Amino acid sequence: MSELHAETVAYVRDSMLPQGAPPSRQSGSVLWLRQNLFSGPLNTILTLLGLAVVWFLVSHFWPWFSHSVWNASSMAECRQIIAERWGQGATGGCFAVIRERWNQFLFGFFPPSEYWRPTAAFGLMFFAIAPVLFTESRALRWTVMAVAAVLTFALCMLLGAPPRALLVLAVVVVGLTALNEYAHRAALVFSLLFPFVAVWLLWGGSIWGPLCVLAGFVLGFAVWRALSRLGLFAVAAGVAAAAAWWMFMSDRAASDLQSLLPVALPYVESRAFGGFVLAITIGVSGIVMSLPLGIILALARRSDMPVVKAFAVMFIEFIRGVPLITLLFVASLLLNYFLPPGTNFDIILRVIIMVTLFASAYMAEVIRGGLAALPKGQYEAADSLGLDYWKAQRLIVLPQALKISIPGIVGTFIGLFKDTTLVTFVGLFDPLKQMADTIRATFAWKGAYWEPYIFTGAIFFILCFSMSRYSMYLEQRLKREHR
Amino acid sequence: MTDVYADRAIDRSHMTVSDQVAIQIQGMNKWYGSFHVLRDIDLTVRRGERIVIAGPSGSGKSTLIRCINRLEEHQSGRIVVDGVELTNDLKNIDKVRSEVGMVFQHFNLFPHLTVLENCTLAPIWVRRVPRREALATAMRYLEKVRIPEQAHKYPGQLSGGQQQRVAIARSLCMEPKIMLFDEPTSALDPEMIKEVLDTMIELAQDGMTMICVTHEMGFAQAVANRVIFMDQGQIVEQNTPHEFFNNPQSERTKLFLSQILGH
Repeated sequence: MSELHAETVAYVRDSMLPQGAPPSRQSGSVLWLRQNLFSGPLNTILTLLGLAVVWFLVSHFWPWFSHSVWNASSMAECRQIIAERWGQGATGGCFAVIRERWNQFLFGFFPPSEYWRPTAAFGLMFFAIAPVLFTESRALRWTVMAVAAVLTFALCMLLGAPPRALLVLAVVVVGLTALNEYAHRAALVFSLLFPFVAVWLLWGGSIWGPLCVLAGFVLGFAVWRALSRLGLFAVAAGVAAAAAWWMFMSDRAASDLQSLLPVALPYVESRAFGGFVLAITIGVSGIVMSLPLGIILALARRSDMPVVKAFAVMFIEFIRGVPLITLLFVASLLLNYFLPPGTNFDIILRVIIMVTLFASAYMAEVIRGGLAALPKGQYEAADSLGLDYWKAQRLIVLPQALKISIPGIVGTFIGLFKDTTLVTFVGLFDPLKQMADTIRATFAWKGAYWEPYIFTGAIFFILCFSMSRYSMYLEQRLKREHR
Repeated sequence: MTDVYADRAIDRSHMTVSDQVAIQIQGMNKWYGSFHVLRDIDLTVRRGERIVIAGPSGSGKSTLIRCINRLEEHQSGRIVVDGVELTNDLKNIDKVRSEVGMVFQHFNLFPHLTVLENCTLAPIWVRRVPRREALATAMRYLEKVRIPEQAHKYPGQLSGGQQQRVAIARSLCMEPKIMLFDEPTSALDPEMIKEVLDTMIELAQDGMTMICVTHEMGFAQAVANRVIFMDQGQIVEQNTPHEFFNNPQSERTKLFLSQILGH
């Protein structure tokens, strides 16, 4: 059909064209290089400049790193070895300080015979979070738990856990793995119990202490369930019952039970906490508690009730307007003035509360962003089906809003975790500054500056990067084709 | 204008209207700030009635039906739905909402849930229907709207027409006594309008009480037993479809009809 013909005569296609293959592109690394690094004179110059900077950095850092000494008993010995091996004037890292004092970076002043306890707590944490973090992938849950089980057991053994403890640990680990395999939902009960297990492992003392605190929660919950038809009154009654239990009964019950059936670990004081045991204790507690608190604050800030809204706004704006260090000082110094004399309110607990409040204010704003991003139609659809406020929030609004806010939430988590190093200002032994300073204060390791920073920095990086990777995984998993 | 149903014979034998009152609106007024959106609305809907509300944009048609399940609050007058008056009492509001189904212009399906989960959510959480039963009901209604094979997909994977049919099924799963349709076909491609209208016609034939805000005049002629014309927040004219289209009384109605039917 000629061109002219096609334009002048009505045309009907008699067969549809099949789908064609896309044009084949040139490919290969040369093409990639040319397109991305040398696409024009400006890009070529920038590429060369970049390479020069990389070369400059590596050429200065590499000799120092490659000359590093891992086996020495003091800084002076390190320097001597480097001078002997690489000639006078050569510089090198003295990672012997890490080799000698790694235990203090990790455990602070925890009694060495009890090192296995924080290790076991850290290992068991993965059993608590795996069913929450990997709800949809059985394979991932398995991998996480298998690795955690083997590593925890091996490390506890290496760190000299008593045989009885190892036996209990093995039983618990196998039991939890089986529970996850056969009753995934029941495994979540352990996630709720884990805080009490962790507190007992970390601080030690009688097991009945944490158990009696737990009993208060159970009691409060039971009272609330029994009266649940009374609405808010039931909540108040539950809280009152739990508070009464904790104030008047809990301690007595714990000591009575302890004399009946003594199960105890050696008590470790909060002052002995330091290094990553401290950072992870504060960080994980803050992370776990700031998310629900942040959700409540975000919902409160969007509430129709003026008093609730005003409270949320004031709280969020106040906390965000004040540096974390101020809050930590309040926790360590001022709080004691307000508490009745004689009350011994644990310093780590005080710091955890402040860090949690601080992070929850940021969390609330991140989540509020997610809530605001939801189309109004979602709220209307939930309303029109007769879902009440809490059901609509829980089933429709929050799952979507939290998904939108994942990057911000994880960002806040990472920030919180790194901010735990600020506890140095209230005299706690954070791994980055106070612990390193303490080690440098000994004569042998005077002048060891870079090595501790590199070591603690590397551990922080691994932990934060894991969180970041998890958030990417979660976003990928929750990706649904939208509307 | 798609007049697909204008000449089609629809079996109206089941579409009986009873004497029972489903919705009663008396002297209802609503303002947005100082703007008087709904003025002195009086409307009684009997059980089994199929009402089409038409009118130019901004005339308050959507606002009117959104008042019926309290997505919008009215400031004066009374609205009684199925014997329950809409006041500030949250319990009453939730009760009315679970008896009144609503279909939106933009479907408003829950994108994080599968089609089946969209349909079972409210029965399980609001009506406390056992899961198994809710699933069976959902499948029955998905078959009724002719998309049972999509049950395990997410809304984002469906076409607009399919999504709207899921939205209808989702509302039906609550076994509502009244269905409200807020321009259900306005966001659809012309090819998909028919499948949604077909579903709505079947619903009408089953005797559902329906109020539809729509511009589908063919649908109005075929299904409605009353057409209401609104302008500037008021009910200007209401009549049987035959009278409404062939013998409009007010000048405003005549103008409106000439504009939407005249091309």
